[in-house]
Amino acid sequence: MDKPQQGHAWATIGTLALLLALWWVVTASGLVAPLFLPGPGDVALRLVDLAQHGFVGATLLQHAGASLARVGLAMVFAVVTAIPVGMAMGLWTRVNAALDPLIEFYRPVPPLAYLPLIVIWFGIGEVTKVILITLAIFAPLAIATASGVRRVDPDRVRAARSLGASRDQVVWLVIFPSALPDILTGLRIALGVGWSTLVAAELVASTRGLGFMVQSASQMLVTDVVVAGIVVIAGIALVLELGLRWVERRFVGWARG
Amino acid sequence: MTILSATGVGVTYRSRNGAVEALSGISLDIAEGEVVVALGASGCGKSTLLGLYAGFAQPTVGQIAVDGVRVTGPGPDRAVVFQDDALMPWLSAQDNVAFGLQLQGIGRAERLAKARELLAQVGLEAFAGHAIQEMSGGMRQRVGLARALAVQPRFLLMDEPLGALDELTRERMQVLLLQLWQGSGKGIFLITHSIEEALFLATELVLMSPRPGRIVRRYRPGFSRRFLAGEPIRAIKGDPQFLAMREELAAAILSEENEHG
Repeated sequence: MDKPQQGHAWATIGTLALLLALWWVVTASGLVAPLFLPGPGDVALRLVDLAQHGFVGATLLQHAGASLARVGLAMVFAVVTAIPVGMAMGLWTRVNAALDPLIEFYRPVPPLAYLPLIVIWFGIGEVTKVILITLAIFAPLAIATASGVRRVDPDRVRAARSLGASRDQVVWLVIFPSALPDILTGLRIALGVGWSTLVAAELVASTRGLGFMVQSASQMLVTDVVVAGIVVIAGIALVLELGLRWVERRFVGWARG
Repeated sequence: MTILSATGVGVTYRSRNGAVEALSGISLDIAEGEVVVALGASGCGKSTLLGLYAGFAQPTVGQIAVDGVRVTGPGPDRAVVFQDDALMPWLSAQDNVAFGLQLQGIGRAERLAKARELLAQVGLEAFAGHAIQEMSGGMRQRVGLARALAVQPRFLLMDEPLGALDELTRERMQVLLLQLWQGSGKGIFLITHSIEEALFLATELVLMSPRPGRIVRRYRPGFSRRFLAGEPIRAIKGDPQFLAMREELAAAILSEENEHG
């Protein structure tokens, strides 16, 4: 896993400070009009306003909640389907031969390219969005699970069998825990894919959600809401990423190094 | 007395370049209370043979049997110790040792008590709750040995268990192995590259030769019994008789290589 870059925090903070300063200079000096890029102060004030009064019929928390609920639901669906499917693909070459072409066929297609088809099938409601995100999450998670299962040290399996393990015991007490680091890495990647897909999906047909909020603001040329929305979307993605890294450290710390 | 036997065993792989004979005409019995050591260069089929005894694979011809009953798969009567430990890194030392007991459905408290007892036997009682990654290669091998002993096997199959260890740790492990074996009545099949290790541990020593893997010579060194009778290890390994056999084996390996290399 990525080693925390201790002692280099100043470099990270430096870049952020520089960007912020540059942003402030070009806006405060009037070099860039607020219509194109509002200053950091305006965006911060707008964030507070969004939290208190909201925008296009919902507060910031309600927009974020709607987005998180969609991703959360899709994540649950994907986890309960993609992990067993990936396990089966990793365990049995025949299952892999049957499913791998299907997954590899749709995986590189951008979700927005098949969104219109899903809209035709399921309408423009919540179901469509959850299906879209589930599909986007499914492929990387199933592939990561299958490759994790395939990478299990065969001696570990032999050891368990010679100690008397049944086939089920080998799968659940040896192969699954061995593959768990790969599964969690897949989950982390999948969550990133899911979150970006979601925001894109909300641009198309929604009445609530962070993507919808940004899109509406863009149409009304309320640029400070657009920027504030982008900051919130990035912030949530960062929190999710850090949360899953914590889960990795906590549960599969043994796999590091 | 139970005997794990290989009778007229041969293994042939089909490869792209035709059939490859990995083992040929192996007949070798491992009786309870014996330490049978297979010595030979890489590629002589020692590990293939161990896999057959363990039941991981079936011979192409001949048969592997325990007291005449054909071996068809792995089982806890023939526990295996691997060169690169093959422990479960997400489990603590004691949970690794208890793994085989967990498979049998034995309750956690009971199996951990048993595991700690075994860890004490291999000198690791202070490390019961430790993570595997915190342990040295020698300690991991002792955990692997304790894990194998936990299921009370009649036979221990050891695939170069000490191959990755430094010289001093290796000798300490040889001593530990003999002490655990003494009076246990277990039959041991052990693979090694080291002539000295083979001579010191074996009650029966077989020299194997590659292409195809087969037994070319058999010896019955008695040095382990002398060690267990109280003779110091350095005196044994420096004994002219030990040194002479070591040279004889080295010459035999060399001549085999010249003949078939």
